[in-house]
Amino acid sequence: MATYMTFMMKALSKMQDRRSVLFGLAAIGAASVFPMRAFAFSPAQAEAQITKVVADITSIINSGKPVSSMIGSFERLFATYADVPRVAQLVLGADNRRATPAERTAFAKSFQGYMARKYGKRFREFIGGKITVNKTRTVKTYYEVVTTAQTAQWAPYEVIFVVANTNGRFIDIVIEGISLIKAERTEIGAMLDRRGGNISQMIEDLQKAG
Amino acid sequence: MNSRLPFLLALVFSGLLGGCGTPEIASGINDPYEEVNRRNHEKIVNGDRSFLRPAAYGYAGAVPKPVRTGISNFAANLGLPSDVLNNLLQLRLPDAMHNSVRFLVNSTVGLGGVLDPGSRIGLTARDTDFGETLHVWGAGEGVYVVFPGVGPSTTRDVVGKGVDLLINPVWYLVGLPEVLAYPVVVGLAALDTRYSFGETVDSLLYDSADSYAQTRLLYLENRRFQLSGGVQEENGDLYDLYDESFE
Repeated sequence: MATYMTFMMKALSKMQDRRSVLFGLAAIGAASVFPMRAFAFSPAQAEAQITKVVADITSIINSGKPVSSMIGSFERLFATYADVPRVAQLVLGADNRRATPAERTAFAKSFQGYMARKYGKRFREFIGGKITVNKTRTVKTYYEVVTTAQTAQWAPYEVIFVVANTNGRFIDIVIEGISLIKAERTEIGAMLDRRGGNISQMIEDLQKAG
Repeated sequence: MNSRLPFLLALVFSGLLGGCGTPEIASGINDPYEEVNRRNHEKIVNGDRSFLRPAAYGYAGAVPKPVRTGISNFAANLGLPSDVLNNLLQLRLPDAMHNSVRFLVNSTVGLGGVLDPGSRIGLTARDTDFGETLHVWGAGEGVYVVFPGVGPSTTRDVVGKGVDLLINPVWYLVGLPEVLAYPVVVGLAALDTRYSFGETVDSLLYDSADSYAQTRLLYLENRRFQLSGGVQEENGDLYDLYDESFE
């Protein structure tokens, strides 16, 4: 016990030196980063994950269930396979910096429901359609899993799932060049502008939107 | 009037051509005429609410789907010679061949273009336009513009649309009384498109917090994707801008 105390005292006195405080923090940071690196997703795992996602989407669309039930299924899918907190932060963009932690959490929750309602409703247009996974490419710290959506009505079109390589969850869907993150950032930005930048008011109204 | 046309075209081309080499895809939003564009966007939304949308739903209610699809196929088929002409101007010979064979197959086996057997044998539509030709020739995107009757566009693509209207082979290949049917079928095809994309367009125009900004983003992103030949534009720092907050 005594030796332990001596060690702590020595360590604390050493910590007076600012540089070692920084080193200490860096070590803590490294410790929290390395396990994530060890479990980082490979392109093949990302592709397998998105293969599951598109199979789920296809079965939800063609389940023949009423739209309200499809919206619930889609929200669960979104919560399971998407990195919702990160998507929410990316959508908030610059406004994320001034949001309080409570607002960030509340926004992520409202946004998840809003997405399910907004895009779930449109799934009716895709009944009878299917999505197939083509290939996966690595871009910086994420993967782009390229898929093709085929519907009875229109020519086949490209849908890309952007997957984070740290946790294998998707952070964006890009349809024919249109990024969901960018589109929703524009939408949420406009909602904030209309409410004089009031984040909590925007979150409240988001629960009724979509 | 007619004698001035070649001069005007030459003027437009010389102004738009930025030199040769690999055409670049623009990024960001260049919208110096936002105020005028917003007013025009408002007119388009009002026009949709009071005319286009009801007409599209009326058309879909009155005409059965197979007939509508046949009319839309017929209109699209008549647009193929124009695509081929643009493919040739772009020196994209495989696309010119692809669209020519598609036109021949659909015009014969497809009963004058009413059916689309081409798509079933892999000859799916490869749409193009004179705006893309200008892009291939090295013209920049220009600025974002919105005009009633045209919709969201850029200065380059508005010029492209005007030229497409003039150089469409249909006007020169089809005789005078019959050719008047062309704008009619194109109009009906447009109504069918408005109906088919109904909920998506409604959501964009009527549910967006700022339908102008949303339309502008969707138009520019999608057009750039199209011109890049389906190669995804590098989204830059889109996904790691705020990474520090995840540590």
